[in-house]
Amino acid sequence: MKQNSEYPALKAENLTKVYGSGHTEVIAVRDVSLSVSRGEIVALLGPSGAGKSTLLALLGLIGPPNTGRITIDDTVVFENHESRVNVRTFRRQKFGFVFQKANLIPFLTAVENVRLAMEINDQPAKISKKRAMELLEYLGIAERATNLPKQLSGGEQQRVAVARALANQPSLILADEPTAALDSTRGRQVMELFAKVAHEQNAGVIVVTHDHRALDIFDRTLEMEDGKLRTNGN
Amino acid sequence: MNLATRDINHNLGRFVLTTFGVGLLLMIVMGMGGIYRGLVQDATLLVDRLGADFWVVQNDTRGPFAEISRMSKNLEDRVLAVPGVMSSHAFVSHTMQRQRNNKPWRVTVQGLSWPQDKGNWLPIVAGRALGQAHYEMLADESLKLSLGEKIKFGKDIYSVVGLTRAMNSPAGDGMAFFTLADAQAIQFDTPGEAIRLERWARNTRAKNLDIGRSLPQTVERTLGPMSNLPALSLPAISAVIVKVKPGINPEQVQSIISKWSDVSIYSNEKQRQFLLSGVVERSKKQLGLFRRLLIIVSAIIMALILYTLTLDKIHDIAMLKLMGARNGVIFNLILQQAVLLGTLGYGLAYCIGHWIFPYFPRKVVLIPDDLWVLAGIVVLISIVSSVVGIAKALSVEPNEVLS
Repeated sequence: MKQNSEYPALKAENLTKVYGSGHTEVIAVRDVSLSVSRGEIVALLGPSGAGKSTLLALLGLIGPPNTGRITIDDTVVFENHESRVNVRTFRRQKFGFVFQKANLIPFLTAVENVRLAMEINDQPAKISKKRAMELLEYLGIAERATNLPKQLSGGEQQRVAVARALANQPSLILADEPTAALDSTRGRQVMELFAKVAHEQNAGVIVVTHDHRALDIFDRTLEMEDGKLRTNGN
Repeated sequence: MNLATRDINHNLGRFVLTTFGVGLLLMIVMGMGGIYRGLVQDATLLVDRLGADFWVVQNDTRGPFAEISRMSKNLEDRVLAVPGVMSSHAFVSHTMQRQRNNKPWRVTVQGLSWPQDKGNWLPIVAGRALGQAHYEMLADESLKLSLGEKIKFGKDIYSVVGLTRAMNSPAGDGMAFFTLADAQAIQFDTPGEAIRLERWARNTRAKNLDIGRSLPQTVERTLGPMSNLPALSLPAISAVIVKVKPGINPEQVQSIISKWSDVSIYSNEKQRQFLLSGVVERSKKQLGLFRRLLIIVSAIIMALILYTLTLDKIHDIAMLKLMGARNGVIFNLILQQAVLLGTLGYGLAYCIGHWIFPYFPRKVVLIPDDLWVLAGIVVLISIVSSVVGIAKALSVEPNEVLS
C-alpha cells in the first residue's frame, strides 16, 4: 500500500442515515466512522440489508447523512445534513464510481464513455481523447475502444466502467458489488484490477462485495451489520 | 462531444420517423398559412393587375366583388367625360358553372373593353391576346382548356387563343377573358322564347313611359335586340374602372363623380379592403384558428415525444448526474434534440410542401415573411416543448443509478 498524503482521502465521522419517521423509521446507517487513505483498497462486507450500499451512497456524496461529518482530502463536505461545498463538483473531481452493472452510456462508444467523464470535468477534447485511450490500454481493452457497450461482454463493460472511474484521477473510487454479474475468474480479475488501480494510480478504493473468495486482494476489510460497522473503520 | 447527436445517431430510425411525423404536422401548418395567402392573392389579383385609380359602382353598393353591382354601360362614357380622366373601362365579371368531363366546371367570365383592352396586360403563357371583337377567349391554365380548343357558351362558339397563368377569381375559380360584348352575351344569354316574351314586355313598358310617348322610334326598337336600347335595357356592366391623367389630383376626379347620385366611387385601395374584409375575412379567421390549433397540437406532440425520449434516457441522465455533470450538460442534451427535431421537421415540411402544395385544390402561396415567422414559432415551440423533458431530467436523483 502506498500512502503519500498527510491526510486520508476519506474520513467519515459518526455518520447516521435514517429513512422514514415514526413507525416507518429505519436507521440504515448508525454512527459509522471510518477513514480510507489514498492507495488503499478496502472491502466492505456484510449481509443484504446491512446498510453497505447506503453507506457507500453517503460516502459518494449521493445523499446527505442525517448526522455526522464527511471529509474528503481534508475538505469538510458534509457537516450533518448540510453540504459545505458544491457536492456535484466535488463528485466530478474527486470520485469514481463503479456499480454491479457497468451503467455505460449506451449511445457512446467505450472510449467516448471514458472521455465523457473528463469532458464533464472541463478537460479539453484533445487531452481527454489521449488519456481515455491510455486508460483503455492500461486496462487491456484498447482494441474495443470504438465498440458500443452492447457490443462488449460484461467483463469488458466493467473494465470500461473502471477506466471511466479513473478518468479524472480521483481521490476515491467507490465500487458497489462490481463483480456480482461476473463469473468467479472474471470477478477476481476485476478485483485485482481495483487493487492495481489503488496502488498504481494512488486512489483510495472502497469495494462493497459479497465475494469472500477474493478478500486476499484487499488491504483491509470492514464488516457491517444492522447499519453498524463491526470492525473499526479507522 | 455532442451527446444529443450521438444519441440521435444511436436511435436514428426512431428519430427519423419522429421527425417525419413532426414535419408532416408542420407542413399542414405551413399549408394553412399558404392557403390564406393564396386566398388573399386570388382575391386581390384583378384589383392589383388592373391598377385602376378608382372603381365606380352602383350607388350604395360595395361591388363588384363584395356584392352585386349593376349599371348601364353608358356610364363608361359619362366617366370618360369627367375632366382629368385618362381612361374608363367597363368591368363585367360573373361566374358560371358547367359540366365538363362529367365534373362540375366553374369559370369566372371577365369582360375586356375591346378594342382598347385586348388582354395584353395578362400573364399570357401560350398563344396571344384577343385579336377580334367576337368569338375569341383567353383562358387560365387552371381551366384545363387547350390552345385552339373551341367551346360553346350560350349560343356562340369561342376559340381559346391564349392561356394565362394564376388568374383566379376570389373564390379560386379559373378566369376566362372575352371582349365585353361577348362576356355580356354569355352572361345574359337567354332562350329564344324568353327573348320574344321580354321584347313584348318591354314594348309594353316603353309605351307607358314618358320616353316611349315622346320618342316613338324607341318603342319600335323595343322589339329589336336589347343592345340597341340603352335607355331601356337592363343594367349591363358591374363597374367602371377609372384611370386618372398623370399630373391630375385624383381627389378632384373623385369629388366630381362622388356627387352623382346613381353611383359610388371607391379608390383601388378601398376596393382591396372590401375584398379582404368581406370576401376573405371569414376564411382568414377560420384558417387562422386551424393554424393556431395545429401549432398547439404540434407543441403538445413534440413535448410528449421529447418527454418520452427523456424517459428512455432517465438512467443515463442519473448516471451523468452521479458523475457530477452540470445541469447544462443535461439541459443541452434535451434542448438540442428538441431544436434539431423542430428544425429538421420544418425543413422536411418545406420540402414536402413545395412538392405537394401545387396539387392542392386551392392556391397555396408561401411568402418568405410567413416562412420566417413560422420558423421562429417552430424554434419557440421546440424550446417550450423541451421544458417538460428538461424538468423531468433535472428532477432525477443520481441515486437512481443504484436502483
